[in-house]
Parts: sequence; C-alpha cells; structure tokens
Amino acid sequence: MNPIVELVDNSFIFIIAISVVLLVGVTAAMIYFVFRYSEKNNPKPDQSITGSTTLEILWTVIPLILVLAMFFYGYEGFREMRNIPPNAMLVKVTGKMWFWNFEYENKKTSDTLLILPQGKDVRFELMSADVNHSFYVPAYRVKEDCVPGRVNHMWFHTTNVGVYDIECAEYCGMNHSYMLGKVKIVPEKEFLEWYNKIDSVKKTDSLSVPTGNVKTDSLKTLQVKTDTIKAPVKKTDSIKVNTKDTLKSKK
Amino acid sequence: MANGTLANEVSYLEYQGKHKGIMGWLLSVDHKRIGLMYLMAILIFFFVAMTLGVLMRLEMLTPGETIMKPSTYNSVFTLHGVIMVFLFIIPAIPAVFGNFMLPIQIGAKDVAFPRLNLFSWYLYMVGAVLAVFSLFVGEGPADTGWTFYVPYSIRSAQNVTLTTMAAFVLGFSSILTGLNFVVTIHRLRAPGMTWFRMPLFVWGLYATSWIQVLATPVIGITLALIMLERFMGIGVFDPALGGDPILYQHLFWIYSHPAVYIMILPAMGVVSEILPTFSRKDIFGYKQIAISSLGIALIGYLVWGHHMFVSGMSDTSRIVFSLLTFLVAIPTGVKIFNWVATLYKASIKFSAPLYYVLGFIFIFSIGGLTGLVLGALATDIHVTDTYFVVAHFHYVMFGGMGIMFFATMHYWFPKVFGKMYNEKIAVIACTIIIIGFNVLYFPFFIMGYMGMPRRYYDYLPQFEGWHILSTVGSWILVSGIVFMFGNLFYGLLKGPKAAVNPWGGTTLEWKVPSPPPLENFDEIPVVTGGPYVHDKPTYIMHPGKEGINTNGGPKTINQEAAL
Repeated sequence: MNPIVELVDNSFIFIIAISVVLLVGVTAAMIYFVFRYSEKNNPKPDQSITGSTTLEILWTVIPLILVLAMFFYGYEGFREMRNIPPNAMLVKVTGKMWFWNFEYENKKTSDTLLILPQGKDVRFELMSADVNHSFYVPAYRVKEDCVPGRVNHMWFHTTNVGVYDIECAEYCGMNHSYMLGKVKIVPEKEFLEWYNKIDSVKKTDSLSVPTGNVKTDSLKTLQVKTDTIKAPVKKTDSIKVNTKDTLKSKK
Repeated sequence: MANGTLANEVSYLEYQGKHKGIMGWLLSVDHKRIGLMYLMAILIFFFVAMTLGVLMRLEMLTPGETIMKPSTYNSVFTLHGVIMVFLFIIPAIPAVFGNFMLPIQIGAKDVAFPRLNLFSWYLYMVGAVLAVFSLFVGEGPADTGWTFYVPYSIRSAQNVTLTTMAAFVLGFSSILTGLNFVVTIHRLRAPGMTWFRMPLFVWGLYATSWIQVLATPVIGITLALIMLERFMGIGVFDPALGGDPILYQHLFWIYSHPAVYIMILPAMGVVSEILPTFSRKDIFGYKQIAISSLGIALIGYLVWGHHMFVSGMSDTSRIVFSLLTFLVAIPTGVKIFNWVATLYKASIKFSAPLYYVLGFIFIFSIGGLTGLVLGALATDIHVTDTYFVVAHFHYVMFGGMGIMFFATMHYWFPKVFGKMYNEKIAVIACTIIIIGFNVLYFPFFIMGYMGMPRRYYDYLPQFEGWHILSTVGSWILVSGIVFMFGNLFYGLLKGPKAAVNPWGGTTLEWKVPSPPPLENFDEIPVVTGGPYVHDKPTYIMHPGKEGINTNGGPKTINQEAAL
C-alpha cells in the first residue's frame, strides 16, 4: 500500500466528515429556526436575546480544537511526502512547453512516458526549461511545481502494475492541457530489461507526444490516446541539450 | 430652478445643481450619485465576465474543440478572472453600496473627501477602459490567467502589459476609496455614534478599507515590476537574468490573499444588516461579529503562502502558513454561528433579501469548509491547481460575495430608487440561482479530487459526465440571473413607489426618505443606542427641534468643513 495515498485520503475523509457534520448542523438549525420562528408561528420576537458569552466561547474553542486536529493530520501526511527515502531511485523530470522529459540515473531518457518498477521508492528532481509547470500524478496524490532556475523535489512509492495519468497542473500557455503523460508501473524484471537496453531508448518509447513547435491546428488530432503518436527522433536529443544549457546558464 | 433647487427638498435623483443632464452625474460629488455610477459600470462588466464564463462552460461541454481554439480559451479565462476580480468582485459592494450607504448609516452628509471620491470613479473607468482596450490592440488579450505568474507573463507575446496596467490603475482607485472610507468612519460619525453603535456593514467596510489602503500598494509595485521586466528586462523575476519566479508569487499573494477579504468582508457586513431587519430583533453577538471582521482582516494578511504549497517554498514556511490558515477559519465560524443564532426566537418576515442570505449561509459554509481541505498540507498538495480550488473559490467568491451582491441589490433597491420590485418573481429567481449555482460548481469538487487540473482547454475522458452536468448548471444559473435582473429592471421602470422603511429596518438609512435627499439629513441626527434595537427608538432625527444642543462638538464642525 502507498503510505502517501493513504495519509492524503484519510486526512481528506477526516476533514470532510467534520465539515459535513458542521454543515448539516448549521443548515438544519437555520431551516428549523426559520420555520419555528416565522412571523406566523412567533409573532413577538424575544428582544432580550443579544448574545451569550458561553456560546461565543464554545464556538470559538471547539472549532479551534477541530482545525488544529485537521492541521495536524495534514502535517503528518506532508511529513511523509517530504521524507524522501535515502535509497530511492532518482528520475530527473524536466517540464518544457508542452511535454515532459524524464532522465534516469544511467542517462537513459524518455519523453512523456515514465516507466517505473513496481514496489520501489522513486525520487524526482523537478526542473523546468522555460516557464512554470507542475508535475502531477493524481493516482499518487502528489504534485510539485517545476520552476525555472531551481530544482524541486518529490517522491512516491510505486504500487500496483498499471498505467496512470501525469498532468501539468501549473498553467504554462497554449497547450497546457495537452502537457500530459503516463506513468507505467511494470514488474521489476521487466523494468530492468528495458532500463539496461541503453541504445534502444528511442525505439522502446511506446508513448510520446509531438513536442516543441506544435501548431494549434495539429492539436485537434492530438487526443489523449497518445500511444499511437511517435515523437520525431531528433527532438529528444535537441531538447536534452537545450534543457541542460538553459539550466546551467541560469544557475 | 434658476438658482438650483433647495438641496433637501427633492431626492438626490431629481436634484439639479450647477450642471444639468448627464453632466449633473459625471461631475457630481454626491456619494449617492457616484455609487450609482459605479453600479452601472460594474453591472456592465459583470455581464461581460459572466458571458465569458458561459462561453468557457460551453467549450468544456465536449472534449477537444467545441466552440474555440486553445489560445482563445486561455484568453477567455484570463479575462473572465481579471474582469470579475478587479472590475466586479473587489469594487462591487464597497464602491456601490458602501459609497451610497456608509455616510447615511453613520449620520453624515457625504464621505470625508467627496472630490477624491469622484476621482476614484474616474480612475476605475480609466482602468476599465484599458482592460477593454487590451482586447483589441496588439497581439490580442492577455493569456496568463488573472495571476500573471512569471516567467510566462514575461514571455507571453500577448498583450499582457496593457492588462497589468489596467489592474495597476484600478489598484489606485481601490486605495483612494479605502482611504476615503477610513477617514469618513473616523471623523464623520454623528454625535452619539460610538464605535460599538456603528452598523455592522460599516464595520465590514472599515476592515475592508484598511486592507485596501495597506495591501493594494504591494500589487501596484508587483505589476509595475512585470511591466519593467517586459520592457527593460530588469531581472527581478526572470530566472534567466538571476531573478526569482517564487518572489513574484509571494508579492502577488501578499496582496491577492488579503484581497479575498476585501471581497468578502463587505458582503458579510450586509448579511449582518439583513438578518436583524427580517428577524425583527437585535443581532446575536454584535461585538463578536464586529471584532471578527478585524480578526479576519488581520490574520488574512498572514496566510498568503497557502497559495504556494507546491511552488517549492521551504517546508517550514509551508507548515507555518498551513497553521495560520486554519486560524482564519475561527473568526469566520464565529460570524456564521452568530448569524444562525440571530434567527433563534426571532419573528421572521420572509422576503427576497432573506432568501438570498439563507442561500448565502449554506453556500458560503460549503466554500469555507472546503477551504479547510486546502489549508491542510497533505490534501492541498493533491488538490491545489485542480478544479477543487476553482470550486472552492467560486463557492466563496460567487456564492459568498456574488450572492450577497444580489441580496444587497434587493435589500436597498427601495431606498436607492424609491421603487419596489416584484417580490414573488424575486424569490423564484433566487431559487433558480441557488440551484443553478450548485449544479454548476459542485461537480468541480468531485472532478478536482479525481485530478482534473484547472485552466485546461481539453480533458481526459473520465471527466466528461461531470463537465456536461456542470455546463447544464451554467445555463440554469444564467437564466436565474437574467430573470432576477429583468425583475429589478421592471421594478425600476414600472414598480410601485417604495415606503421610507418597507422592511422595518432600524439603521439610519431607513429614517430618511426613499430615495434620500441630496444632503441625506435635514439635521445631523443624534444617536442614543445600538444599531439593531427594535423595541425603542435609538435616533433623534431632529435634535435642534427637540432642543438638544449638538453644536460645538468636534463632529459637527468636521462635517461642515468636509462639505
């Protein structure tokens, strides 16, 4: 089980449960009062009621305790998100208008498709080659911005074998909504087989989107089912170079 | 008419001074006429931005292209945001109804600086014209989102400079209005109106005005830096020149988060006016509501970092900002609990403004409570920059401020225009609006948690059903809004004459004729009690006639000096 997913979902359920109780309480009291003390049912209002110190203290202190509990829950999940396991495998993620580039520790790179072994801790170094992006994997409940000129960090533990969405969550211009990708979680053996085939990077890319100088018109055809579209080979190379150069010069 | 009508014999609408016709409005320094001029401008921009919103929903009806291209969509959501935030939500209640009602509610003849007030309106119009201008000149309207995040806003070829220039000028309008209100509240209260005898709307405006004066200069500087960055490449924000994009986000939110409270505090003030009027009893916990406005304004300054939990800000800052964010929930909760408690043992008169307030309490509570999900670090990291955030701020901004703006228009309509609208149609329109609102925005929460990012022109297939439902909601909502405005407009033209005090309100605006005369009061009244006392009079409207000497007090002198 992925600890981050569990912590995020649990804090969400905790906050929503308390919220629903408060919302139902406030709404029910409001509706009851409106009918019970309508002009018809209560012609003479009680002018002596102007406040109550006891109630004011109660509805200051109780919510304070509740929100502090929520804060703590949220903090616990966050601590897990920032507590990057020391022996996690590293993937460098570079956002560029409008695609993702992944670079593994052995310099193997891939566009758009992130292949990861099952049951491993993976650490990401997040960078941008141009404007702000945000690397978001909803299935793992994590995202972190890619900000030009700096390196941000994020990690998750891969669980079930499958294909999950990657989305850019920070607005980055015209094709922001097409800056998508997939995480493909495969059994470790299968991953190593792919990982060690150094020269076959471009051939094994089974999922890529056209990159770089995409024109608006060609986007109509660019739907989510990107696995059929292959990126022109030369683009991967030129982007790698560009990314590194810009990042270096910005430091 | 040769020498002009006597100021207090006719209403402010009929009064003819030095200038006649349209110039009698454009050169008027009367706070009521300026309020109405704001109203007209603001409503036009509301309709423009609402239309843009409807177009966005239409585009999202089907995946891929429905009615526009991605670059158009990006400009549309940018303009929807910029117009709604800077031209509607921020100025609507303070500039229209604050201007109109604040002096009357504190027993003054006008604001402290009437000419400055008119100047603020002109600044607003200049800013608005610049914003409209940016649509038609250069490379097309800005496509950066209303947040103008760098480096994109520096690199974008679109007309970002003019749009930021517009927001820059609008900022000055906001600062000057805030300054005017702070001075008015400090110096022009009628004799006997102590701080804790002020109506709660005035308290809301007071807290708002301080934020306007203190926070708005920050956005002015920030937007000016963007312009310099674009023209001269000064390198404050651009990482390629050694600048820091995160710095921009800090500066932007140092203003824009407190601005959220500029938007909501006046609306909360109106809730506190409408509830005691239609409950026919005093408000519950007057002092707590008044002080909580200041509490929200104060803590609201210290929570801006919660917009940046995934930006790469240090972990310590994220934890501190999360904790502070939760604290702002407390004064907000206090207000809601006191409002509901006001209904206890009341004698409730059902009326359109009250329906809106009940709708507001429900919708705003959802908005506030989902804010807790965004305040908690773990959950925020998952849902920030998704539709969950979009849902949350539409529930607090539109469901909070917008719905209360509608309530305010109904509540003060008879006072401002001296006419009445059709009550039944108003209630039906209110019901349609509240239903449409929830059908439109509630699916956003679900999509957001499922991982639908905001500002997406296109979407993955799993979101299609929710998008369709939401678009249908937008049609319901818009028909409710059109219905509501139609009813008000018909009331304005053909409605029956309104009484001085149609609702049985207890604050000073209900003691003067509908519509009020030019100088509001024949004599400055004397205040002898709290604002919402229903069982005994708390104002002496003609202290001179009753032999009460108010001359010589500092307040009276200042009032004359100001006029």
